[in-house]
Amino acid sequence: MPNFDYEAPTSLMSALELLAQPGENRPLAGGTDVIDQLKSNRRNADLVVDLKRIPELLNIESNGSGLHVGSAVSCTEVHNFTTEKGGFAALAESTELVGSVHIQNRGSVGGNVCNAAPSADTIPSLLIHEAVAHTASASGEREIPLIDFFAGPGQTVLEKGEILKELVLPTPSANTASAYLRFIPRNEMDIAVAGVGSLIEVDPSTNLVTKARIALASVAPTPVRAYAAEEFLEGTKIDADAIDKTADLAVGSAVPITDVRGSAEYRKELIRVLTRRTLTICLERLA
Amino acid sequence: MSKKQIKTTVNGVEHEILVDSTWTLLETLRDQLKLTGTKEGCSNGNCGACTVMVDGQSSCSCLVLAPEANGREITTVEGLADHGHLSPVQDAFVENSGLQCGFCTPGFMIATTALLNDNPHPTENEIRLKLAGNLCRCTGYDKIVRSVQDAAERLNKA
Repeated sequence: MPNFDYEAPTSLMSALELLAQPGENRPLAGGTDVIDQLKSNRRNADLVVDLKRIPELLNIESNGSGLHVGSAVSCTEVHNFTTEKGGFAALAESTELVGSVHIQNRGSVGGNVCNAAPSADTIPSLLIHEAVAHTASASGEREIPLIDFFAGPGQTVLEKGEILKELVLPTPSANTASAYLRFIPRNEMDIAVAGVGSLIEVDPSTNLVTKARIALASVAPTPVRAYAAEEFLEGTKIDADAIDKTADLAVGSAVPITDVRGSAEYRKELIRVLTRRTLTICLERLA
Repeated sequence: MSKKQIKTTVNGVEHEILVDSTWTLLETLRDQLKLTGTKEGCSNGNCGACTVMVDGQSSCSCLVLAPEANGREITTVEGLADHGHLSPVQDAFVENSGLQCGFCTPGFMIATTALLNDNPHPTENEIRLKLAGNLCRCTGYDKIVRSVQDAAERLNKA
């Protein structure tokens, strides 16, 4: 482990002041990625700033402007909140897939986002629910649509001293359903070979899709949206044929690598299957 | 590197100790407080041998910095028994042979205790899913699952 100092400020302002100091200052939420990365010298730190004593970063609520998830809220809490309140099924599903229960109890959704793994399970769910990242630094605040937040594997657009403050997801209409599925070779505790989150809004009087959002994990340097598939599906009457065509188009947005978890070809086929399955689940949820 | 003064409650006993910023909770429990029931396995959150409860929630103590324990309540395997009497979870693991070498057992019993606090009537699938963060290389898991089912029955009768 590198030698670092540790501070646990109790206000956002003092956290931002600490992070703005010279040196490698690393924010810590659940620590389930950062502490492992520090131990294995994949990331360095002079100062670790624990965000878990800052009330506004631990806040989760839904109000008129949507679902607000503070950046230090654990996966377990997000899972329990979204399961109880409804409306964000894909997020409820994906927060139960990150690592083990022990990891979910500490690891935050905000941390899963800032760790920026292409395979992160919560990110496709956040993307299809059109999450906006609200960031803060000593010099001000920014709102960044989550799709613009990622710069590469493990890389975000956050600048030095800037942290994710909260994720804000607009409340979906009543005619909306979402789902997230990933493929791993075992039943639990693994990293997605590929993952797909789908969201559709369907006009019940015409059965036409009025909104489609499809996001893919583990098939590009960052999580990606399947724009061509979304554009095809919007305005279409959704049925098994439309779902098949959408799944074919989603494959076109995948630019996977071949690695120990799977070949590029296999991952593309997984995108086809998982897109079909998530859309089918969405339809079932709307029925 | 700097030292931090923390106050933490471990198994009901309050400790005021000086910890290094870079120590993990696992190191503080084992090397400083001499509570060696909590084991170090992979040290990266995959195996669950170091599972303890932090404010009632199961956590990998290898992925918690010691100063993060300030003001928190920690429960380790040493805190499960009550005045020398094994807890129902411990009894169930003993009587169902839910262990062989025993290295993973403290983590499994803490994870089981936390699971049954949250969900007193888990299905077999729920048990296997919720304990997926604890690895055992001896038992093949079946006897562990039976131990958890028996522990649930014991707790529900109590």
